[in-house]
Amino acid sequence: MSGGPVRTTSAIRMEGIDKYFGPIAANRGASLDVAPGEIHALVGENGAGKSTLMRILGGLMKPDAGRVEIQGRDVTGWSTNEAIAAGIGIVHQHFMLVPTLTVAENLVLGSEPTRNGVLDYARAAASVQSLSAETGLKVDPARKVADLSVGEAQRVEILKVLFRGAKILVLDEPTAVLSPPEVRELWTVLRGLRDKGDTIVLITHRLDEVVDLSDTITVMRAGTTVARIRTAETTPAEIAKAMVGREVSLSAGKRVAPSAAVESRSNRGLEVRNLAIRGSRGNRVVDGVSFAVRPGEILGIAGVEGNGQTELIEGLAGLREVAEGQILIDAVDITSKRVDERHDEGLSHIPEDRLRRGLILEYSIADNLILGLGKTFTRNYVIEQQAVLTNAGEQISSFDIRPPDAALAARALSGGNQQKVVIAREMSRGFSVLLASQPTRGVDVGAIEFIHQRLLEARAAGKAILLVSAELNEVLALSDRIAVMYRGKFAVVMPASEASEEVLGEYMIGTKKGAA
Amino acid sequence: MSASVTAERKPSRFATAAWRERAEEALLPPLVALLVALICGDLLILSYGQSPLEVYSLLIEGTWGNAYGFGQVLYKATTLTFTGLAVSFGLRAGLFNIGGESQLAAGGFAAALAGLALPGTTPLILALPLCIIAAGAAGGLVGAVPAILKTRFGAHEVIVTIMLNFIVLAFLNWMIAEHLHVPETLHTPEIRAGALPRLADMFPAFHGSAANLAMIVVLAVAIAVWFYLFRTSGGYGLRAVGLQPDAAEYGGISVGRVWLKALTVSGVIAGMGGINYVLGYKHYYEDGFAAGAGFLGIAVALVGRSNPFGVIIAAFFFATLSQGGLAIHAFVPKQMMDVLQAVVILAVAMSVPEVRRVLRGSRRRSDA
Amino acid sequence: MNAVDFLTQTIRIAIPYLFAASGGVIAERAGIVSLTLEGFMLSGAFGAALGTHYSGNPVVGVLSGVLCALIFSLIHALATIRYRADQVVVGVAVNLLAIGITRFFLKLAFDSSSNSPRVAGFGGNMQAAGFDNPLLWLGLLVAPLVAFVIYRTPYGLRVRAAGDHPDAAESVGVSVKRVRWIAVAASGILAGLGGVYLALDQHQFTDQMTAGRGFIAISAVIFGRWNPIRAALACLLFAAAETLQIQLQGSHAIPSQFIEMIPYVLTIIALAGVVGRSVAPAALGKAAD
Repeated sequence: MSGGPVRTTSAIRMEGIDKYFGPIAANRGASLDVAPGEIHALVGENGAGKSTLMRILGGLMKPDAGRVEIQGRDVTGWSTNEAIAAGIGIVHQHFMLVPTLTVAENLVLGSEPTRNGVLDYARAAASVQSLSAETGLKVDPARKVADLSVGEAQRVEILKVLFRGAKILVLDEPTAVLSPPEVRELWTVLRGLRDKGDTIVLITHRLDEVVDLSDTITVMRAGTTVARIRTAETTPAEIAKAMVGREVSLSAGKRVAPSAAVESRSNRGLEVRNLAIRGSRGNRVVDGVSFAVRPGEILGIAGVEGNGQTELIEGLAGLREVAEGQILIDAVDITSKRVDERHDEGLSHIPEDRLRRGLILEYSIADNLILGLGKTFTRNYVIEQQAVLTNAGEQISSFDIRPPDAALAARALSGGNQQKVVIAREMSRGFSVLLASQPTRGVDVGAIEFIHQRLLEARAAGKAILLVSAELNEVLALSDRIAVMYRGKFAVVMPASEASEEVLGEYMIGTKKGAA
Repeated sequence: MSASVTAERKPSRFATAAWRERAEEALLPPLVALLVALICGDLLILSYGQSPLEVYSLLIEGTWGNAYGFGQVLYKATTLTFTGLAVSFGLRAGLFNIGGESQLAAGGFAAALAGLALPGTTPLILALPLCIIAAGAAGGLVGAVPAILKTRFGAHEVIVTIMLNFIVLAFLNWMIAEHLHVPETLHTPEIRAGALPRLADMFPAFHGSAANLAMIVVLAVAIAVWFYLFRTSGGYGLRAVGLQPDAAEYGGISVGRVWLKALTVSGVIAGMGGINYVLGYKHYYEDGFAAGAGFLGIAVALVGRSNPFGVIIAAFFFATLSQGGLAIHAFVPKQMMDVLQAVVILAVAMSVPEVRRVLRGSRRRSDA
Repeated sequence: MNAVDFLTQTIRIAIPYLFAASGGVIAERAGIVSLTLEGFMLSGAFGAALGTHYSGNPVVGVLSGVLCALIFSLIHALATIRYRADQVVVGVAVNLLAIGITRFFLKLAFDSSSNSPRVAGFGGNMQAAGFDNPLLWLGLLVAPLVAFVIYRTPYGLRVRAAGDHPDAAESVGVSVKRVRWIAVAASGILAGLGGVYLALDQHQFTDQMTAGRGFIAISAVIFGRWNPIRAALACLLFAAAETLQIQLQGSHAIPSQFIEMIPYVLTIIALAGVVGRSVAPAALGKAAD
């Protein structure tokens, strides 16, 4: 890691940070070194440990090991109030604003100005206005937060931390919900703050924006820090590589040649026409996507998370309303069909969030293996216990689920084994189209190989598979064709033979835009 | 890739006894509650200058120690099992039915109407099912209101059922007071058909107690509820919605439809409970017979951990306390039982999250 | 009955509701379900009768009544905030506990299953139609007072934040738990005062004398969409219906039972969103972390 020349005391210095949740390491030997008065980008994939590191900095959590220094002062393990008092201001990704209160009320909450015990609204509004003028963050103090646009709400969040005297600002994924003009406005504000002497840490995975703005970049991966580079001395491609590379090398020759039988299949696989889906703020998070996945093919969607992949899969699965467009499975229009009807039409779905969607944690392994498969195991409304247990026994042994106890609650399994339960279930169903979303997230190496094997087997058996993964290596190794999703559209679709990390990386971070 | 680095969690040490962890989480709260009740009871008894040991043994004697007392316990436990099952059914779907009292009353009322409408010569084998159906339908009708309001308008069922309690009970009061009462009373005339034989008719030892064959009905209902919840696909889906609605939705289960079913059936079960008083005990509908049964049904469901057989046990527990209060009245006011019942509910409610936290926390620490 | 008499009687009937509903607004705005107003009222009534009986002074009765209700509210707070028990279940339990304890001590102190001996109250001048009772004036002032606290004081701002977005409040260093403890205690004191008024106005405590008034108060809170002034107006509306019912008692024009139903029917209609959207505090009923 480049250390740079000897310089003034760091504004923030975090070293050797460990943080465990149970036996899962969110941070392992993570470090951060931010010079005063700079804009420092902290980048990494989902789950890389950036948010955890920042929570430790902000006093919301205590590290299990390591050291935190602010301006040379040891502050390891301090509280939120101490952090706020020392000038740390965190602007959260999910806004911490009370929607029913006004801008001014949100701003002063917890440090309310009073006059004879009564809230001094005039002073609160004046604070908003003076800060607005200083920073260029314009908001009307009297408006209710619920009525604000996303960009305006974010301005309030930033004003909030500045109001409390923050000199070190940490912004967590600030542009995730902004439109391009709003992003440019934010950049102007941040540059203004930096020029006034504030230090800014920007957590993001949108590298194109980061490259424009930051002075230094720290890259995190799998809970630890892997690189610290001066922005001027690097390229976006290099950053992308540091972000997504993995130590695991998937064995060469994994890519199986397309089977000859594929072309002769009569069914048509998955077809998507002009699909548009709206997000929670009303904007189009999936913005006119069209593609097809043929039987016996894996179409991999690469892309940094947050570009609409989640909503796309949910829309295809029937868990989210589709605003426009059509979805067809084997030439049958399923756009308005319910989830169980889509199952009947041959759709299977490995969800990206197995804990919330994929499993009922209180249910046993055996019971989880029949979720959504009720009809197969029911006769005259009664569940056939024997059939369920037999099925469980089969799946447990063929997918090597451990511990091999069908009566065990899913809650007690490790992440990898939980995922195996989900995959066993979804792949044992008679399906023709499989949606596989982040299929190996949080899964150990051995299980990853196993899962990849099963996906390739399904492909050879003539199934159409749509794979969404934030792990570029996985997409490269498994897919026949690869699409890159960026800002709700497919930036490019190309045969896997033409793809590589470098090529895809540029589409992923938006520096290259092609015909989709 | 180094072998020691893994983000995996080691399997729980209860792997071979999967049922044990669930049993612990299920049984500990009621046991805690029992302990708290004993301690509280001791304090109240002592404040009255009596000896807890003496009073408790008198309580046991007066309830399980003699046939009449036991008969009364059986009778009260029957009603509580009905309302307890009703609340449990809703809870399993993640819904709170507080309307037990009005559903019970409506059911009893409907059973009385049926019993009055049918000719006196109707054989029990015909009259009983008809009366039960009437009772269930009335309860279901009352239960359907919060069901529809929740699925159509998102109205929270807790407040709706509480409000509906007052509305329905006021309505029934009006029906009786204005139209159907026997002069000088607040009850209907005696039913002509559908009367259930008392336990005392078959076993003279139980003479005087209200226990009747409605017990058999409630046992059948408990078994049916258990079977539905744990052996049918409908029950699988209902419990899934109660445990994790997002996963249920993902699995293709219609959450709205489950809610509709759960609250309506919950009302049906509570309504059926009306037969205990109306068909089995007094043979008429009396205004106010259902008083308190709804709230106690919640207590029973809670202590019985929403499991049909746990509910039966819990119903016996609360019925014993209730009847026991009468047995010890000479020494300590029976009002003490009201206090104990509330303390038990509080203790169970408070211990459920604590127990869960402690058990899961210790398990996680042992894996790390 | 003329209009003035109608108004004065309505106000007298509304006072317990005004006290309890105002307390309910604070607690629910902070995020704690307040089904317990009934229990707080009942314990306040009993405490007032007990205190006044033994001291001969209704002022002592006020204090003892408030103290009793406060104790119950602290139990409610302990169970829901510290132990994070289900708020609805605790609500039911606390109400039952209040009934049980008041009955138990009614027997213990007064050796009766139904009522306490007669106690002194405030006022009593027939000409004044109840307006010489200082508690009545306090009851009229309570709603504007609570409105002031909620909308114009720092504590009130934190209450609103705790009920709508507790995480946001915690992130700026506000202790949501502390805000809620105080809110529940306040609801206990206020609802208790409602019970005190009731007992001293009727000059005795009778078993379960609150007879569902606490639930009417909650209805007023919901119908008033968790705003103290609107809730107060709802209280007056419901009280007016009751006065009407008393007036019509002899005439059988509308059966009294149906007039009794009015508050509850109106609340259900409000919940179904027919009367504007029912916007409960977003975090109502969820335990804070």
